[in-house]
Amino acid sequence: MWTAVLLACVGCYLLKLAGLSLPERVLSHPTVERVADLIPVALLAALVAVQVFAGGADGPALTLDARALGLGFAVVALLLRAPFLVVVVGASVVAALSRLV
Amino acid sequence: MNARALTAGERSGIVRDGLAVGLATGAYGIGFGAVSVASGLSVAQTCALSLLMFTGASQFALAGVVAAGGAPLSGAATALLLGTRNTLYGLRMAPVLQWRGWRRVAAAHVLIDESTAMSVNRDTTEGARLGFLTTGLSVFVLWNVATAIGAVAGEAVGDPRTYGLDAAVGAAFLALLWPRLKDRRNVVVGLLAALVALAVVPVTAPGVPVLAAGGVAVLAGVLARKPGPTEARPHPLGTDDAAGGER
Repeated sequence: MWTAVLLACVGCYLLKLAGLSLPERVLSHPTVERVADLIPVALLAALVAVQVFAGGADGPALTLDARALGLGFAVVALLLRAPFLVVVVGASVVAALSRLV
Repeated sequence: MNARALTAGERSGIVRDGLAVGLATGAYGIGFGAVSVASGLSVAQTCALSLLMFTGASQFALAGVVAAGGAPLSGAATALLLGTRNTLYGLRMAPVLQWRGWRRVAAAHVLIDESTAMSVNRDTTEGARLGFLTTGLSVFVLWNVATAIGAVAGEAVGDPRTYGLDAAVGAAFLALLWPRLKDRRNVVVGLLAALVALAVVPVTAPGVPVLAAGGVAVLAGVLARKPGPTEARPHPLGTDDAAGGER
């Protein structure tokens, strides 16, 4: 287990450093630039989807639970231009309360 | 990238935003600590992940694979695959931060989703560096403290779902994504990415769906003919400001 943990730690750091160290011209190609622009959008959207609808207690299946209510609150709060903390804390409060009901 | 100096108001605004992100993300570290220990990692291994790996999604992926009965090394492989997105963040951030030498070596450790998101859209070098550092460091400190608390408290903390913390993560990612959704192509890519990720959730190891969604971005970027909304301007990184960001 330690081997896996430490290997992954070193590898993840090197991946970060590689990104900062690669020559700038890697980005100057329009396609690379476009992809680099879209990557965070795609990953964040996927992280939202996976965090909210995947798994839960029953393994890797799709589920609809209190997290979706939390996300619903987040959408409304963001539409109302609420600050980040209100969005995040509010979403967890909504989810926690709905689980009490 | 503009070399203009920041006003005091801009500085405190950036610092406040960074600390807020650190607080929100850090708090979830309790969840990671508890989940990781419950997955079968020791307290020391759990804390080592937060200290040395320090990229939340990869850490959760490793713990998740181990919890699901996967081999530790396949957990490590999943963590590395997820970690590749930090390389892409680095490619975006290098010209923004313009750090060299030991500063770059040190900055690489706190190059994560949050520090990138809170820095990439600033319109001055100083603002980008300040956003990157305050967010990166506050997340680092709070994430590690919270991890240790969560790991030690273990089951005493209970199920993070009791406090709705699992919902907080999705909300945090959505809040980070939100400013980018002013561009219609980003909305389409985001929706496609979410659908692809959800479609493969039932059939892949934890962590893979998000990577598959990254493929959507690559495909869309390669296939798109017309230049993106950010490419026509002198600096390609100011997406949100141009679209009427909050600042």
